[in-house]
Amino acid sequence: MAQTATPTVQDERVVRVSVLTRILQRPDAGALLGAVAVFVLFSITAGEVNWATDGAIWSSWLNTAAYVGIVAVPVALLMIGGEFDLSAGVMIGSSGLFLGILTTRLDWNIWPAIAVVLLFGLAVGFLNGYTVVRTGLPSFIVTLGTFFVLRGLNAGLTIKLTGGVSIANIDVASGFESAHKAFASIIWPEYGLSVSVLWWFGVTAVGAWLLARTRFGNWIFGSGGDQVAARNVGVPVARTKIALFMMTSLVASLWGVMTAVSLRGMQANEGVGREFEFIIAAVVGGCLLTGGYGSVIGTAFGAAIIGMAQIGIISSNWDSNYVYLFLGVILVLAVMLNTAIRARAARAR
Amino acid sequence: MTTQGNGAATTPLLELQGISKYFGNVVALTDVSAFVRAGEVTCILGDNGAGKSTLIKILSGVYQQDEGRVLVDGEEVRFDSPRDARAKGIATVYQDLAMVPLMSIWRNFFLGAEPTKGVGPLKRFHRELAKRTVRQELLEMGIDIRNPDQPVGTLSGGERQSTAIARAIHFGARVLILDEPTSALGVKQAGIVLKYILQARDRGVGVIFITHNPHHAFPVGDHFILLNRGRVIGDYAKGTATREELVRQMAGGAELDQLTHELEGLSAGE
Repeated sequence: MAQTATPTVQDERVVRVSVLTRILQRPDAGALLGAVAVFVLFSITAGEVNWATDGAIWSSWLNTAAYVGIVAVPVALLMIGGEFDLSAGVMIGSSGLFLGILTTRLDWNIWPAIAVVLLFGLAVGFLNGYTVVRTGLPSFIVTLGTFFVLRGLNAGLTIKLTGGVSIANIDVASGFESAHKAFASIIWPEYGLSVSVLWWFGVTAVGAWLLARTRFGNWIFGSGGDQVAARNVGVPVARTKIALFMMTSLVASLWGVMTAVSLRGMQANEGVGREFEFIIAAVVGGCLLTGGYGSVIGTAFGAAIIGMAQIGIISSNWDSNYVYLFLGVILVLAVMLNTAIRARAARAR
Repeated sequence: MTTQGNGAATTPLLELQGISKYFGNVVALTDVSAFVRAGEVTCILGDNGAGKSTLIKILSGVYQQDEGRVLVDGEEVRFDSPRDARAKGIATVYQDLAMVPLMSIWRNFFLGAEPTKGVGPLKRFHRELAKRTVRQELLEMGIDIRNPDQPVGTLSGGERQSTAIARAIHFGARVLILDEPTSALGVKQAGIVLKYILQARDRGVGVIFITHNPHHAFPVGDHFILLNRGRVIGDYAKGTATREELVRQMAGGAELDQLTHELEGLSAGE
């Protein structure tokens, strides 16, 4: 309805933005589209096993996605806050082994043991965060150091205490049954859906709420987007980052507990290498590696993509090694997409 | 906000007395004194390396001085962090660092001072209030933003500075410290920012305007303090120095004469 006869007084800077464009501008849009695309892909290639409609298939990939998705939530928040935690994977092993030692060697009830393990997680996270904030070193280096220290301790102490490379029979601990019910039970026996999927949804909901709806969430964006600017306007950047590191290690510890309870034991090398899957889920979910931008919901879609890839490739009768190939391609495509989005968002004028 | 008169007798809102700052064996500031009263603009002029940035950081609580005193309302204070300074009503608007480009306007506007609603674990960022307030505050300064959700990176330089000034005033700034607000801007945009400086002044805010451009300082300033190599080399009240004198002093007076002479010699020799 433009009046072309008279010069328009409307602000020439106002550009009509369609609803579709607005949705595409969200950081999690790419991950949602990706998840749908991957689902459709496997619906075709794994059609023989009723990929789209079989509850057992859904349960399998949801269980697998939860395996990545729970720890990916704090990893994503940390990444949005401008930092990395490469020790998030090995913390799973450390925590599970620690739980094993407390319950099988010291005969603790499992619940106080879990509490102590979670405190241990918080302490490691604090150490990571405090070191990064105080030294100003890249968190990549600091947490890589933590990763190797813990990896060495996991193997060394396990062999010293047990003579083997695992701690077994955690189920002898008193209170084990209630812990198993809370952390590792099957909530839908017909299809084998694990309670960990509920934990995944819960942690994602809390993380998403924290990021989008609270002051702390705003501080995360600020700390990662431009920490000097954030500090200048009064954001406690150091405290925010330390809190994020503590959350990451805490949730990794929680997952370590859940894994140990589920497997009734723990391998010394458990969790090693998983840190990259958490990072992949976060990056595919729209988080920028450089911080300041991202989404927890997107990260959940990222974890769903990883879960679907691992199950879908097997269901399609492809060699399971192609999971890595698949994830590699997805990761690069996601980074390209995110870079384009950021260029759009940060474009001056 | 109580608006004090412009009388010379009023206590300065913010005053620096004999400030010195060292970084190891580097002397950044030596015996710098300055003040700003409510409803006045104090311009701090200096070329690159004059010590302007260090001075701002002391005023805003990022650094602490090694010698000298900072007074707010005539009482000595010590700022241990930018939060401390902000709590005293001293707001700093930084040149490039005022805003996080990837964050939306409303998130930026309230960064570090988010309004909340709810109690206990359900205490949360009052987003609706934030968006409404941003639109309102910017409109009052004559900035009609398109959409508070758009990232600050998509605003023009002048809009960004003006948004930052509006933010500082909204948070009850009694003293507004502006770090080179016009240096990265075109002529027209710089004019808009200067207009907002006068608007802030008229609302009773004491403005410290840091710049290397005497042409921007001259029309808005009530006091001019010239810094060079960490020292005050000139201190003028409005009307006691001409624009030309400021320009000459800024460029180092005799040095500029020498340079002009040399340049003239060079062009004559062509």
